[in-house]
Amino acid sequence: AYKCAFLRCAPRPLLVLSSSSSSSDLKNEQQPSKHLNNMAELRPARCWRTGFFFCVWLLLFLSVASGIRDVVSGSNETSGGPAGDTPEDPHHQTNSTTHKKAFPVLSFNYQEVRKPFVISLWILLALLMKLGFHIIPNISNVVPESCLLIGVGLLVGGIIKAIGEEAPVLDTKLFFHYLLPPIILDAGYFLPIRAFMENMGTILVFAVVGTLWNVFFIGGMIFAVCQIEGVQLAGVDLLSCLLFGSIVSAVDPVAVLAVFEEIHINELLHILVFGESLLNDAVTVVLYHLFEEFSHAGTVTVLDGVLGVVCFFVVSLGGVMVGAIYGLLGAFTSRFTTHTRVIEPLFVFLYSYMAYLSAEVFHLSGIMSLIACGVMMRPYVEANVSHKSYTTIKYFLKMWSSVSETLIFIFLGVSTVAGPHAWNWTFVISTVILCLVSRVLGVIGLTCIINKFRIVKLTKKDQFIVAYGGLRGAIAFSLGFLLTDNERKNMFLTAIITVIFFTVFVQGMTIRPLVELLAVKKKKESKPSINEEIHTQFLGHLLTGIEDICGHYGHHHWKDKLNRFNKAYLKKWLIAGERSTEPQLISFYNKMEMKQAMMLVESGSAAKLPSILSSVSMQNIQQRGSDNRRAIPSISKSREQEIRKILRSNLQKTRQRLRSYSRHDLMIDPFEDNVSEVRFRKQRMSHYLTVPANRQETPSVRKVCFEPEHQVFTYDNSESPRGPRARADPGPLDAISLVSESQGPNQSREQRAKVPEEQEELDQLKLSRCLSDPGPNQEEDLS
Amino acid sequence: MGASQTRAEHQYQDLADKTGFSFEQIKNLYQRFQQLSGNEETISRANLNSIPALANNPIRKQIIGAFFDKRNQHQDEVGSCDQIGFEQFLMVMSHFRPPNLRTTDEEKEAMRKEKLRFLFNMHDSDNDGTITLAEYRKVVEELLSKSGEIGQETAKAIADAAMLEVASINVPNMGPEEFYEGITFEHFEEILKGLEMESRMHIRFLDVDTSTMRCGKSQS
Repeated sequence: AYKCAFLRCAPRPLLVLSSSSSSSDLKNEQQPSKHLNNMAELRPARCWRTGFFFCVWLLLFLSVASGIRDVVSGSNETSGGPAGDTPEDPHHQTNSTTHKKAFPVLSFNYQEVRKPFVISLWILLALLMKLGFHIIPNISNVVPESCLLIGVGLLVGGIIKAIGEEAPVLDTKLFFHYLLPPIILDAGYFLPIRAFMENMGTILVFAVVGTLWNVFFIGGMIFAVCQIEGVQLAGVDLLSCLLFGSIVSAVDPVAVLAVFEEIHINELLHILVFGESLLNDAVTVVLYHLFEEFSHAGTVTVLDGVLGVVCFFVVSLGGVMVGAIYGLLGAFTSRFTTHTRVIEPLFVFLYSYMAYLSAEVFHLSGIMSLIACGVMMRPYVEANVSHKSYTTIKYFLKMWSSVSETLIFIFLGVSTVAGPHAWNWTFVISTVILCLVSRVLGVIGLTCIINKFRIVKLTKKDQFIVAYGGLRGAIAFSLGFLLTDNERKNMFLTAIITVIFFTVFVQGMTIRPLVELLAVKKKKESKPSINEEIHTQFLGHLLTGIEDICGHYGHHHWKDKLNRFNKAYLKKWLIAGERSTEPQLISFYNKMEMKQAMMLVESGSAAKLPSILSSVSMQNIQQRGSDNRRAIPSISKSREQEIRKILRSNLQKTRQRLRSYSRHDLMIDPFEDNVSEVRFRKQRMSHYLTVPANRQETPSVRKVCFEPEHQVFTYDNSESPRGPRARADPGPLDAISLVSESQGPNQSREQRAKVPEEQEELDQLKLSRCLSDPGPNQEEDLS
Repeated sequence: MGASQTRAEHQYQDLADKTGFSFEQIKNLYQRFQQLSGNEETISRANLNSIPALANNPIRKQIIGAFFDKRNQHQDEVGSCDQIGFEQFLMVMSHFRPPNLRTTDEEKEAMRKEKLRFLFNMHDSDNDGTITLAEYRKVVEELLSKSGEIGQETAKAIADAAMLEVASINVPNMGPEEFYEGITFEHFEEILKGLEMESRMHIRFLDVDTSTMRCGKSQS
């Protein structure tokens, strides 16, 4: 429990959808055991302090709440505002008729900065709340964060109301234009494409057919309920019910993300529920507008129905197309940013946001547009941008989506207290029950059909989780808020809020113990493995080949065609420089190496003792003797000089058992320098190999070496003198070998010389000092 | 007419038992076989080589070789043949069947082993039971062969890294003097166990439960 709580303190990724590598990155940044003990000691003290802080924050909340209503809930202030503001401008007063006032040394002018001040304060306090939850250890294990935030919102709203102020409401424009896009972009950008595409059929069926079923079932049954005598609901007509159904039946991505992220469920289920929540936006948008139009018009004809179907396709496909266009534009732009790295992340954000807004202009599905943009852009942008920009993009997206989510839930709580309610027992209770029932029926029914076409069938457990994970959230609330004001609106809103609360609180809180109880498969924490990547590619080609032999144009055939199209055309246009021809295996390999190197660099400063993972190193797998007498191409004189210089300076260090990296070993951080980083990236064939940290939590210290591609050295192991003398390592097959404490003088063999990559940049790019592998006499080779 | 019908069915029954395909699928595959072989009894490598779609495949040779590899026939023979009949063709195809809901866990395990064995045989060209570094390098080279001028060094580097990974997972405490001979089948299984081969390595239309699609008529 402690560990859980602690792990959350660190800046964790918001979504489990982000590649497992990123989450494992962030996890690895923490230093587990030591700090946990500290935390344990500080806990009681912290509890008191936190409680105190809570009170302080709540009071502050109240004070800004009176200001916030001007900001959030309307523009009626603007008319009254300026009139009242102008007199408060002492600096420009040139009232010379009255006697001169003393020059104001200190003046108070809150009004001018009120709006941004209040917004910032609001956000700040929301985030402090979030921080607070994780300091109190046990709560965040039991209650998902979304519930806590709603609770806080309720509390704040209640207090505001109690003191007689008018509480702010979740403004629909604010929600749809500012709060929702970051969350969706974050989700779309880090969407696991492979899992998504493999299950696309299932996801589409759930999203489209499932939502349609929900809408009509709930709408119809609610209408039936309204017809019952004695519930005072006779005024509700069918179209209103259907409209209500369309609002309340869509699974909400924000809520799903918030809850599912904490339960770490396996990838398949996650992508099913989450994908459904994303793709049903198109259905929701269409149905909502459709029914709203109809309820104004009053009558429905067949033509309207047909138009509705057409509209659905237009909305969804149009949204995707808009997103794809912006995505391609963004990728194309990123091709030219080699000299202006600093603004690279902005391109990603802005193009995506434009995609969203452009889709909204045409009433297309903004969410699908945003997803399409992120998905489209990502492979090319990642190939083009610098490593730092990549990190920036990742963290900014996570940061924004985290803030948005927090704000959404708090506002939801506040709006609940604030909004006018019209409680009708029958309506509300039947809505909640019907939502549950229709969801369960829909999932079961659809799964029967889907399983006929799936290879990996969905078991009963899977179906249960999918059904149970159908959470409603803020989108439903905002859509409800958009309804035209009439007496039914309040009733609808109340029902919607009740459903949201029920799903988020009850289902959100109980899903974790249920997952444990049912022993649902959890997310596999898998490190990227070069073997798996090789074989994934191999399998892909193999299966394509078998399909071709069968003459069957299946899955793999089309995927292969798409890949080839991608390589032939898109990559050429959208990726800068030589990276456009880099095959995927090599990109993967480079990425892995980069990651290892980063981890290495970062762990170096921690001065930890390296734990021995494996003492396997290159010479264990190199062939002895036989065919390794190869021609050794010459290297330039200056490089040779440099190598000798390094070796000589390294000679001192050979005897020291370098147990860990210290800052002194890293001369210049290669990742600091922009220019050198470009060159580092240009290394087509970074030659350092890694032994991945497999079953280990602490990153062990490894030594990294890399070599330029054109330096091909080989050496003959059998000749290797096992002396302690330092020798340059000429091999392109440098391995990262782990420093083994148990080994004696053989230690020197495992440490390799660093060979700088560019002659001019020699000094800048040294990453580590290693000593040579025993090879033939360096001088002989280099002469 | 009646006699030949029952004989064909009898034959199909035999094949169905051995490979697990349904009659429908066997018929489909037989038609494809006829097409590939030009209505002969056997197909040779040249027949498979002439499929135009395969031209872009970087591991074409290995795939075709797998069909003619006797180890994939599950009859404990080794070596390769020059011509294969329909039964051998089916045997190779049977490696690509997916599991269904009724498959038990042991059957899934057996399926996975079988598929991994198939892959292993593809890599282990000299049939010594291990994938040596040279063989693995060749694999990676072939994979990258269609991707332009990548050169030998990268392929070597990647293969070496992979080998190192296998070694470090399976034999973590190797002394500096020991030599890791090659990837044995057990090690191979170990490193690929995360991939869930029984569900990944399959061709969709070979699933008995899904609606069977016909083999396409290609132009070859």
